[in-house]
This record gives sequence, structure tokens and C-alpha cells, in this order.
Amino acid sequence: MGRGASFIGWPGALALVVMAVGSFIGLFVVGADVEMGEVQRLMYVHVPAAWTAFVAFFAVFIGSVLYLVQRDERADRVAASAAEVGVVFISLTLATGMLWGKPTWGVWWTWDPRLTTTALLLAVFVGYLAVRGFADDPERRARWSAIVGILGFVQVPIVYLSVVWWRSIHQPPSSPRSVSSDILGTWMLNFAAFLLVFAWLTARRARAARLEAELETRMAYD
Amino acid sequence: MAMPGRVAAIVWKDLLIEVRTKASFHSMLAFSALVLFVFSFAIGPDTPLLRRIAAGLLWVAIVFTGLLSLSRTYQSEEAAGGLEGLRMAPGDPRFIYLGKLAGNLLLLLALEVVLFPAAAVLFQIEMLPHALPLAGIALLGTLGISTAGTFYAALTLHLRAREIMLPLLLIPALVPPLLGAVNATQLVLDGNPFGDAALWVRLLVAYDVVFFVVCTWLFPLAVED
Repeated sequence: MGRGASFIGWPGALALVVMAVGSFIGLFVVGADVEMGEVQRLMYVHVPAAWTAFVAFFAVFIGSVLYLVQRDERADRVAASAAEVGVVFISLTLATGMLWGKPTWGVWWTWDPRLTTTALLLAVFVGYLAVRGFADDPERRARWSAIVGILGFVQVPIVYLSVVWWRSIHQPPSSPRSVSSDILGTWMLNFAAFLLVFAWLTARRARAARLEAELETRMAYD
Repeated sequence: MAMPGRVAAIVWKDLLIEVRTKASFHSMLAFSALVLFVFSFAIGPDTPLLRRIAAGLLWVAIVFTGLLSLSRTYQSEEAAGGLEGLRMAPGDPRFIYLGKLAGNLLLLLALEVVLFPAAAVLFQIEMLPHALPLAGIALLGTLGISTAGTFYAALTLHLRAREIMLPLLLIPALVPPLLGAVNATQLVLDGNPFGDAALWVRLLVAYDVVFFVVCTWLFPLAVED
């Protein structure tokens, strides 16, 4: 069990601690929303999860560009791992958004620009992972999925703009001025926790991908 | 041969094949007409309702038919390793993309020349007074569909399950041109009372430019090896 420490790893342990503190504050310390009540506490998961999903998407973009420029397999593995973890966070964002939307807006789903864009973002992520699943050769898999990662990132602003014009009922994005400082503080704490979880999971996934690649090569030579 | 000559050669070759075999155009025509019919059956014979959503039905029919023809973009090259031959031509391989893009654009535009009047008849819409703006919107929307579609068709060419991978990647990417084309078409058909169609036309232009630049730039990476 000498590897026990590296199994959890310090980012994982730190993520656990920060997440526990953030959840505690979000659930028990910060007061319930004046208008929306307890359900508003979902936002302490929803907003940081959304931010983390966008960070993940950006990481996929950077990893994809790096791969195409340097042809470094590590960049490909990081991009692929960030995409997998990104799917988790974006699903979490959509799920908590729906749970919040039902009591607040009265509907699970509405064709709001940010909702629609987030759902489309999930579709792009899924497409990225599907390309990886359906490509046999590792070099081609990396190259093709990197192209999907770049194009997916480029299309997000245009998709968002087009859906904003199409229809809008969402509250304007919360800015530091529009929310009180204890809400913002809790968001930031949970964002830090989610970023740590994201970094930790992505690193673990990338390590597993490296081992998979090594195994593939070894099996090919045996 | 310089770039424009190469592009023209590809377009000419593909159009010649199409004119002689009519393999794609006839099936596209039948398919798109059936899509319009299926929608009408699904929604019911309520002509005022159909007229209100006609632009959406029309563009969905174009996108679905486009998916069908776009997936066959490189089919004529697959036998006897045609794509490898084209790629080995010295110089920039982007002429393949530009040529195929122009071919797809022409084929879809030819389809729309029939499909728009067909929709006008089926849904009892007055299109003739708006022919010019409609033609412009059709051109910009179809350019967007062809630009993204020709690129993703190349990208998914050697994937397993490519029949499902092309729509999976392409449909999310086609949201802006679809929204732009549908809304601009509908507004023009309604007489464009507030001049809002210009906003959607701007979106179409922006999408076409961005995707054309990025796809042309990335194309050599999509087909290398």
C-alpha cells in the first residue's frame, strides 16, 4: 500500500476538504434567498459547475491546438480527459438547472439562450467523444478529435449569439455587482473546489489513458 | 495548375458525373419532397398552421436532404483510391475542399430551385413577390450548410459508423445557419414588417465567413496521411 498517498493525491484530498467546506457553507451558513427560498441553494452547485464545464471546454480547445501544433500525445490525452470530465460537469449543470427551473420558472426546460447553448455544448462534447470511440488508429483519433475540439469551441459564440437573438427569458448573467458578497464568496469557494476536482479527475484520467496506450503498444509487440 | 484551375476541375468532374448519372439529384429531389409531405402529414392538413411554420419545414427538409448528399461528397473518390490521388497532387490540398464545397453548394441550390416553388404550392404561400430576397437568403444559408457539411464529411470519412457520426457532429454546428435562414425566410414571407430580416442575414454572413475560414484552414489536417 505504498502507493496509497498517490492514489488520493494532494489535489484530490484538497478538493475533498474545500468541497466539504463549500457545501457546508452553501447549505447551512448562507441564508436562504428572500424571494426563492431554499431552492436557491442549488445555485451553489449549478453556477460553479457551469463555470467548471466552460473551463473544461477551454482545456479541450487548448489541448487540441497543442496537439495539432506539437503532435504531442500528452496534449491529446489531456484534451480527451478534460472532455470526459467536462461532460460530467455540463450534465450536472443541466440537471441542477432543471431541478431549479421547475419550482422557479414552473418548467423543467425552456428555450432560453444559455440553456439551449449549454445543451448544444453537451452535444459537441458527446460528438468529440464519439469521434474518439469510432476511430481505430491512435494518431488519427487524436488528430480528428482535435479538429472537432477546435471547431466546437469556435462555434460556441456564434451558436450563443444566434440563440440569444432567437429568444431570451433567462435572467441576465449574474455579475459580482448583482449578487451579495456572501453568495459570491460561496460560489467562488465551490468553483475552487470544482476546479480542483476537475484537475484531479482529468489528471487521473490522463494517467489511465497513458497506461492504456502503453498496454496497447506492448500487446502489439507481444 | 493553379488553385482556381484545380478547384474548377473538381467541380467540373463532379458535375459531369452528376449530369450523366443523375445519381444524387433525383434521389435528393424525391427525398426532400417526401420530407415536406411527412411533415404535413404529421402536423395535419391545417393550411394556416402549415403556412406559419413553412420556413421551418422548408429548411429542415433542406438540412436533412443536405445530410444525405453531403455524406456522399467523397463517394466518387473512394473507388480506386481517388482521394489519395488527389491528395498526392503537389501543392496545397485545399483545392479538394473548395471544389467539393462548390459542388455541394450547386447541387443543393439546384434542389432549392425546385423545392421553394414546391413549398409555395403545398403550403399556399406567395413567394414570387419576394423571389430576390429569398434567393439571397437561400444562397447564404446553403453556403453555411455546405461549408460545414463538406468539412465534416471529410472528417468522418474514415470513421466507423460514419453515417451516424456526420449528423451527430454536423447538426449542432448547423444551428446558427438554420436559425438564421428560417427566421429570415419567415420574416421575408411575412413582408419583413420591422426590417428584422437584416439581423438574421448578418448572422448568416458572419457564420459563413467564420466557418469558411476555419474549415479551409483546418482541411489539410482532416485529410492528411
